[in-house]
Amino acid sequence: MSYVSLTINGVMVTVPKGTTVLNAAREAGVFIPTFCHDPNIPRFGACRICVVEIPGMRNLPASCVTEATEGMEVYTESPAVVEARKTILELLLANHPQDCLTCEKNGDCRLQDYAFRYSVKEAGFKGESKDYPLDDTNPYIIRDANKCILCGRCVRTCNAIPDRSVIDFGYRGFNTKIVTAMDTPLGESDCVYCGRCVTVCPVGALAWKPLAGKGRTWEMARQDVTCTFCDSGCVFEVLSKDGKNVGVIPKASGNGRPLCLKGRLGLELKYLDDPPPPYLKKDGEFAQVSWAEALGLEDILAKLDNKG
Amino acid sequence: MTNSIGEIAGADFILAIGTNTTESHPVISLQAKKAQRNGATLVVADPRRTEMAELANTHLQLKSGSDIALLNAMANVIISEELWNKEFVANRTEDFESLKETVAKYTPEYAEQITGIPADTIKTVARGYAKANNATILYTMGVTQHICGTHNVFAVANLAMLCGHIGKENSGVNPLRGQNNVQGACDMGALPNVYTGYQAVTVDDNRTKFSKAWNVAELPAQPGLTVGEMMEGAADGKVKGMYIMGENPVLSDPDADHVVHALEKLEFLVVQDIFLTETAALADVVLPAASFAEKDGTFSNTERRVQRVRKAIDPVGNARADWEIICNIATAMGYPMQYASASNIFDEIASLTPSYAGISYARLELGGIQWPCPDADHPGTPYLHKDKFVRGLGKFNPVEYIPPAELPDQDYPLVLSTGRRHFHYHTGTMTQRTGALEVHYGAEHLEINPADAAALNVAEGDTVLMKSRRGQVEVTARITDVVPRGMVFTSFHFPEVAINKLTNPARDPVAKIPELKVCAVKVITVS
Amino acid sequence: MAEVTLTINGLQVTVPKGTTVLDAARQAGLFIPTFCHDPELTRFGACRMCVVEIPGMRNLPASCVTEATEGMVVHTDSPAVIEARKTILELMLANHPMDCLTCGKNGDCRLQDYAYMYGVKTEPFGGEKHNYPLEDDNPFIVRDMNKCILCGKCVRACAEIQGKSIVDFAYRGFDAKITPAMDVPLSESECVFCGNCVAVCPVGALQEKGLRSAARTWEVQKVKTTCPYCGTGCNFELNVKDNQVVGVTSCDGDVNGRALCVKGRFGYGFIHHPDRLTTPLIKKNGEFVEATWDEAITLVAQKLGDIKDKYGPDALAVLSSARCTNEENYLMQKFTRAVLGTNSIDHCARL
Repeated sequence: MSYVSLTINGVMVTVPKGTTVLNAAREAGVFIPTFCHDPNIPRFGACRICVVEIPGMRNLPASCVTEATEGMEVYTESPAVVEARKTILELLLANHPQDCLTCEKNGDCRLQDYAFRYSVKEAGFKGESKDYPLDDTNPYIIRDANKCILCGRCVRTCNAIPDRSVIDFGYRGFNTKIVTAMDTPLGESDCVYCGRCVTVCPVGALAWKPLAGKGRTWEMARQDVTCTFCDSGCVFEVLSKDGKNVGVIPKASGNGRPLCLKGRLGLELKYLDDPPPPYLKKDGEFAQVSWAEALGLEDILAKLDNKG
Repeated sequence: MTNSIGEIAGADFILAIGTNTTESHPVISLQAKKAQRNGATLVVADPRRTEMAELANTHLQLKSGSDIALLNAMANVIISEELWNKEFVANRTEDFESLKETVAKYTPEYAEQITGIPADTIKTVARGYAKANNATILYTMGVTQHICGTHNVFAVANLAMLCGHIGKENSGVNPLRGQNNVQGACDMGALPNVYTGYQAVTVDDNRTKFSKAWNVAELPAQPGLTVGEMMEGAADGKVKGMYIMGENPVLSDPDADHVVHALEKLEFLVVQDIFLTETAALADVVLPAASFAEKDGTFSNTERRVQRVRKAIDPVGNARADWEIICNIATAMGYPMQYASASNIFDEIASLTPSYAGISYARLELGGIQWPCPDADHPGTPYLHKDKFVRGLGKFNPVEYIPPAELPDQDYPLVLSTGRRHFHYHTGTMTQRTGALEVHYGAEHLEINPADAAALNVAEGDTVLMKSRRGQVEVTARITDVVPRGMVFTSFHFPEVAINKLTNPARDPVAKIPELKVCAVKVITVS
Repeated sequence: MAEVTLTINGLQVTVPKGTTVLDAARQAGLFIPTFCHDPELTRFGACRMCVVEIPGMRNLPASCVTEATEGMVVHTDSPAVIEARKTILELMLANHPMDCLTCGKNGDCRLQDYAYMYGVKTEPFGGEKHNYPLEDDNPFIVRDMNKCILCGKCVRACAEIQGKSIVDFAYRGFDAKITPAMDVPLSESECVFCGNCVAVCPVGALQEKGLRSAARTWEVQKVKTTCPYCGTGCNFELNVKDNQVVGVTSCDGDVNGRALCVKGRFGYGFIHHPDRLTTPLIKKNGEFVEATWDEAITLVAQKLGDIKDKYGPDALAVLSSARCTNEENYLMQKFTRAVLGTNSIDHCARL
């Protein structure tokens, strides 16, 4: 393999040819913020927050899509870079609800992290704000398009599963939006709620409905568990608050395989202290029932009880 | 301290003598304020009108160094008015008659001449102290940094024993110690005459015990040198090599120029510190030490409470914890010294020190413990001398007033006193580098009384040159009636105002504490 | 001691007479939100967040100032109580900056906790908002009176813990505000910047300047330790982020409770100061040269050994430190006596 050497903030770094400036910097322990970049999905270069200064280049290039070359000089926090990042953040915040107060992603949100890091306290730009209704018509995922920063990570991770591709960019300009086909709610689409999109969303646009109101991100202890429902070996996280397991969320898909809803629901049953109760349709209406009733095991359990 | 810090709030009479508590021990002062809110009487004896003095019900603005006259006069009033605690004196003390004899001449009127405090005020304060149910005496360096420092402390102790205000909750004699672990350093035997827990090096059994524990054939029997004697020894060429850990004598010791001269004469000086201090700059080898945030250990506070210090971060750069460095040097000198952790060292201390015997890191996880704590089931000791004193009966040590070693005269007409500021600490190596404290309080000044300022034609903010017989500094004048006429005051926190170039190294003959609270100076305006 | 028995949410609870309903509920393990209540400070009953329902009482009383009586029946989260708490939160939020995004207290804020808990997302009450300038002209404390909910804890902490009474309520009604005398900035008042008001502030109105701009509350690990300055021995927590000490916060210290002084709370900056010594130095031709530990230790051992051999042990002297730990002082005197062979060890207890 051939290598190239470049300097990042004055430090010499040698990386394999073809490495992006972003990855070179990260290997050298230099921080560069990103929204749309995801090491597991194709390069995109959309959000521009990862811009760096490279003398000789026309603009500030996005480091996630710029390959390192021999002798390249990179500055990751020069005044011009910081200025650009601040402006990007101001523009994003100009059209972002200021509701960290109760936002489920508060504490685990890149927009918030970078706003704090770069001291962007206010939007800076006034103008029209999006006012989309909340899509919470399904039991698993809450979509708040008002909080979406159009980084496209959800689109790309969904498209990585060939027979899915449930969502994509829709409309144009200010009206651009991540939509299902025909812009229906998720509940009316082909979505199977695997949750890949939620795991990659850097902000509060996609959130876990079962976790809503269950606790703040910083209150949760996390424990990795591996799903055993099939041989994919997907990793999930069991979230607990005050010693009580309150949720299961996917962390990473198994090698070459998607995440699935089945796995998560199974793990919820296995790990949660208060798993959601089952419902049975009675006279055309769903009614909450016991597990024994839902599984048709009432008779058997009764016999066991009598014996005991 | 004979008592716990929290017990100050339970006193109904507090005599704070020579302690600028709100600035030097801000959190302890909260207990005094709490007591006062609960109705206690606060009497502050201090030549300066400090914030503490402002809070006081009575401020005794005594002349510098006249403490014994004041304390003896209080004893005089208490004895002559039959206010002393006869039961306590009879059962718990000895040599009362000699005290009575000595203080007989210290009538309030006589003391008024020496201290400048009206006789009637002395009487009122003496009665208040004697009649209180729980009276506590707080003091710091204002009492000890005099050539008669030990006698000052005797006078304090005499007063407490006379009234039986010792050996019980909320009542006692309470020196507030100035440094985080000055108590611990003494407890650990970092003194020339004792091992841990004040076990004397001159006692054969003690030497046998320690030589066995430390696996050495013999230990020296002769007490060693004190700081001041070390400096004199270095200057005389008797001391050839020094190892200084975490101290900055160039700024903290009196007659700084003499200290520099002495250290420069050494053949070899090694200094171990977290900064390149004024002292470290003179060293042949400087060893970088870890700060308190970078190591495990314990500190013992002024109320004898042993508390944990916990490692929060790794040492910066290549710095090492002081204990590791000492182990490295000992091992390199052919004495293998190895410990897996600070906790193991503590276990060794506990095994050799009766007053620490019951303390362990496991117990300290549940909270600090006040020594003496002789065994693992002992809860610790919030106040000392409950049923008897260490020596059995409390001995009255009557003492006579002697004036400070250097009094103002024609050539050096002002008294210089030194002390601390709220926003800084000791020689400033830490507080000058916080990004906050030195921003708020960035330059030192000299407090000078308006009358003296007028006489010297000094205006607020003027740069003045202050000289003593030993040295001189330039400093900015602040005109304030916090200091009385004839006195100037500043701190020793600022290297640029190295006030210990001026101070008098005359020492108390027993404790060897220098007289930093009184020396004669003159102030000259610099145009 | 006389006791009373009351029923809280159907549970029988027996407490000493004089206990507040709030304390009784907490003893029973029941949650009641509070803003202005603090066990160390005098009862205040200002914020009304802790209201409960007690049948027979005219209104919903504040549980923090209502004493439990025999046979009393208390409901801590009845619909009326929840409704009242939501309204209180909505009213507070109507005049509170929505800037959790960058607020230093985000993650450690009672207003935020309760808004989330009761699902109060937005303020339905429009209207005038405060627009006070930020007070950050001192190096210790940032005061943002726009975020103040007027719980008065800082006022009571200053008076009752610190004994200073620097701040108090000023003005009236909508204009009510916590200020020093004459509404000057803290820097122009008699404030000694102990920060004990900051330690009790339940929201973002008072913040530690360094700490809250260096890290989000959820990013720090807290390590309880003992202050390195004076001999009082206050306990506090070092706040650590990425192996850096970014601040100090109060914990429940044996000696100090939550009280600290300006040096303890704000004097930690020396730890990472660029002047810190990070490598051994050996003086060569009058100049310090960086050295390895091996070189330095070997040299020290050799020089001390040489002097001992040549002049005897008493030509050596050691200054130990009142700043170092017990363990280090112990080892230093052990080293002096057992290795150097002299009793010439002292420290600056006398200064």
